[in-house]
Amino acid sequence: MKTEELVAALAAGAGPADARGPVRRFAVALVLGSLLAALAMAVLLGVRPTLGRDSGLAMFWVKLAFVGALAIAGLIAALRLSRPGASLGWPPYAAAVPTVGIWLVALIELARAEPAARLALVLGQTAAVCPFRIAGLALPVFVAALWAMKGLAPTRLRLAGAAAGLLAGGTGAFVYAFHCPELEAAFLGVWYVIGMLIPVALGALVGPRVLRW
Amino acid sequence: MTATEERLRALFVRALEGDQAAYHAFLKDLSAYLRAFLRRRLAGAPDEVEDLVQETLLAVHNQRHTYLPDEPLTAWLHAIAKYKLIDLLRRRSRRDLLHDTLDDGPELLAAADGEAAEARRDLAKLLESLPERQRMPIVHVKLQGLAVSEAAKILGMSQSAVKVAVHRGLKTLAARIRGDT
Repeated sequence: MKTEELVAALAAGAGPADARGPVRRFAVALVLGSLLAALAMAVLLGVRPTLGRDSGLAMFWVKLAFVGALAIAGLIAALRLSRPGASLGWPPYAAAVPTVGIWLVALIELARAEPAARLALVLGQTAAVCPFRIAGLALPVFVAALWAMKGLAPTRLRLAGAAAGLLAGGTGAFVYAFHCPELEAAFLGVWYVIGMLIPVALGALVGPRVLRW
Repeated sequence: MTATEERLRALFVRALEGDQAAYHAFLKDLSAYLRAFLRRRLAGAPDEVEDLVQETLLAVHNQRHTYLPDEPLTAWLHAIAKYKLIDLLRRRSRRDLLHDTLDDGPELLAAADGEAAEARRDLAKLLESLPERQRMPIVHVKLQGLAVSEAAKILGMSQSAVKVAVHRGLKTLAARIRGDT
């Protein structure tokens, strides 16, 4: 087939482009992925019995805002990286600022605590399982976000995979917060961050393979 | 913004709204710019140029909904052309074929080359390898130029099913070119 024949064929009956397609794809992925994660959390781990009491604590909302901000930064980054030539823009800062904020609060928390009590603040009661549960709950959104991206046109695949991982990690942590008993910034700054970094690293690792188009 | 960017962008924006003549003019112009761009960069493998022009045109078509009309068109096109070029080099494991640097300059629309060489890969043949339910809608709508409604009647499919089949078929075609399936 000659190139001019291909050009004629591509133009024939092309119709209008589906301008809302990219956003819709991500919306579908995010809704389905988070529902599945929420279901898995409720069935396998269980919602905290003291959730009602927690919702009166400022730190509960700080925790949700922290991981929610990372999820949103991941979503915006993933959307931008799905379009060829678009600049990444502010999402890396939107992810860095709340993380550094949590670390600062954690440092103040630790500085105020008795030296002997500091380790306990960092470890909480669930340090050993927390990152893996967050990573596990991130899995549905991770797969869905990679599916959404693959149907679009990412050109920086490693970065795009990492952004999908951040979206998934933030969402997974958000869902996990409804089960998790930990409210100390020192705990969040270590174990939540590690839990969210697992899908980010995985995304950067598999992006170049999985996202090719 | 250069005059070329402005002219092509105006055509493309109209094309995205469904103006078929504008789309045809856009793709025709674009193929000349792509050819010049790729010929300069693939001086070590001139045989590959026309195939890659076609592959990139198909990619631009399949992913055209990812273009935001308020973004610079050159950056969008350049990112796709560069991606397809690097993808080809990776497939061939032959980065040494690359003649020029791949910086992010705005040079994609700097030169046009209307002299098409023969493509080595015959897309028409590759098309024949597609599953029937994707191939027939493409043959009717894309090659014979029938309206979607006419093709739907002939194939006994709904119009939206025809559109979806054409879309999926062209994506399958792009995947076959990459050698995925």
